[in-house]
Amino acid sequence: MSALAARSLSVRLGRNQALSGIDLTLPPGRLTVVVGPNGAGKSTLLRTLAGLMAPSEGSATLGGVSIWTMRAAERARTIAYLPQGGQVAWPLSVASVVALGRLPHGEAPDALPPDGREAVAAAIAAVGLQGYEDRPATELSGGERARALLARALATRAPVLLVDEPIAALDPRHELVVLEVLKAHARAGALVVAIMHNLTLAARFADEIVLLDRGRLQAHDTPSAVLTEERLARSFGIAAHIAHETGGFVVVADRPLPQT
Amino acid sequence: MTLPFAVAIATGRNETAAMPSSRTLLVLTLLVVAAILGIASLAIGPAPISPVMAMKALVSDQGSASIVVRDIRLPRTLLSLLIGWIFGLIGAGLQGLLRNPLADTAVFGAPQAAALGAVIVLYFGLAGALSWALPIAAILGALVSIGLVVTVAGRSATVVVLVLAGLAVGSLAGAGTSLAISLSPNPFAVTEIVFWLLGSFEDRSMAHVGLAAPFVLIATLAILAAAPGLRALALGEETAKSLGIDVARLRLLIVGGAAIGTGASVAVAGSIGFVGLVAPHLIRPFVGYDPARTLVPAGLAGAVLLLAADCAVRLIPSNVEVKIGVLTAILGVPFFLWVIARRKAELSETPA
Repeated sequence: MSALAARSLSVRLGRNQALSGIDLTLPPGRLTVVVGPNGAGKSTLLRTLAGLMAPSEGSATLGGVSIWTMRAAERARTIAYLPQGGQVAWPLSVASVVALGRLPHGEAPDALPPDGREAVAAAIAAVGLQGYEDRPATELSGGERARALLARALATRAPVLLVDEPIAALDPRHELVVLEVLKAHARAGALVVAIMHNLTLAARFADEIVLLDRGRLQAHDTPSAVLTEERLARSFGIAAHIAHETGGFVVVADRPLPQT
Repeated sequence: MTLPFAVAIATGRNETAAMPSSRTLLVLTLLVVAAILGIASLAIGPAPISPVMAMKALVSDQGSASIVVRDIRLPRTLLSLLIGWIFGLIGAGLQGLLRNPLADTAVFGAPQAAALGAVIVLYFGLAGALSWALPIAAILGALVSIGLVVTVAGRSATVVVLVLAGLAVGSLAGAGTSLAISLSPNPFAVTEIVFWLLGSFEDRSMAHVGLAAPFVLIATLAILAAAPGLRALALGEETAKSLGIDVARLRLLIVGGAAIGTGASVAVAGSIGFVGLVAPHLIRPFVGYDPARTLVPAGLAGAVLLLAADCAVRLIPSNVEVKIGVLTAILGVPFFLWVIARRKAELSETPA
């Protein structure tokens, strides 16, 4: 497996310069968490890396191959992408939603071959939804649905997994469940990139943190190197302090700073 | 269709085995019902012919009975089946594309727009009622209306926007047709246009069948080609794209197929609505709500519904035959309202 790299990547959305000159190399086998204030360009970065959006300048490559010259099916097998706040339009069963993750392999959800079925079952088990296979996805709670959709992305078994706010709708226990799944996926060799707002959990689970602000890359390093009080003040506009705990640290946001 | 079934049976998994078998059963049931209705349709009419006689008259020369069955009843039976099939398929395709159970060509004003296209051709005497120009003009009309609604409503429009856009397009097309009628110098042409607008399979010949069939075939192929993509689209456009689906191509196939199917149908049978709205609803619970697996059964259900309606209009006692387009609207509109009432809460928020 090879690295995902962006070189002077810029994306323009209408008049808005969403990303400016991003240079980034993300190695496989690591969980990279992207943080940044609202509107920083996090989702745009993820969409661009997923090949869903073309940059106005620069390039993004996977193992040296441009993401936009890959064939759609090959890209879908290589890069799994989970958008933010996904919905399911029809009351499809959880099993058939997860089975959609096998489409890039040319496997119809109602006729999965043995390894496809195995991948679906493993993905459902990984997110703790065993016993929910036949439940209509539209009748799940927000957290259950979010996990079902994550299982869909996992079921593809792509070497790259890009997830946009996977824990936004989850309760504390399932936040940990999902982050452990992502971490384990990275440990198994996958290149995992997740957008998150919870800085403490980001610090605890991420191997690397990418800090974006106003479309620019502010920092890309280990959690303790990126999440400093000074950077939190500058990028997030908050007065925060870092409380060191055994085995990690906690980001305590104290108060918003006046807008500059 | 049979392979997944066999795989599911072989693996013995309850959940996957149950769904294909209920779908296969559904498809078989619909085919049997269509066959029974087909025979009934050959037997029903002013000239009393028994179903057995109708079958005989179809395959061998039985004098006047053969003429009635082959030249009068067979064309309308075939047209009902063809048009019902394509309407059911189009409804299921559009509902899958827009992720909205209220999508249908009738809601988008497509039949009115197709009718306007055809009326313009007829009005200016550009072509006779059996010319290829008629379906092509109707297809262009339908294409403009469906394309307009899908464009105006955009990718994440609510059902309200969708229906309002359809209403606007339908009203505009209706006004255009009214203008043509009111300006028409020939009262007989007016009667003819009005009657044709109401939608009917009366007095259609095999030439009409031949005119509609190629377009129905093209529309069928276009919509069925979009099936795998529709399934992925259930999770939204971005997810579908990330799963390798070409969403623009998918939209083109379904909008194009819907326009071709609607245009050709309107050109031969006038304006018949709501079959495409109702048919997929009846099917979905049997196919696990999978938009791809809804297509073929919805087409069959559409064929059965329209053929049943065409038998019904011949049985309703009245001086002149009730127009089938009137009957489908009388039955379809309350159904439409019922779906809205039942899903009010989610429809007010869910993007299409």
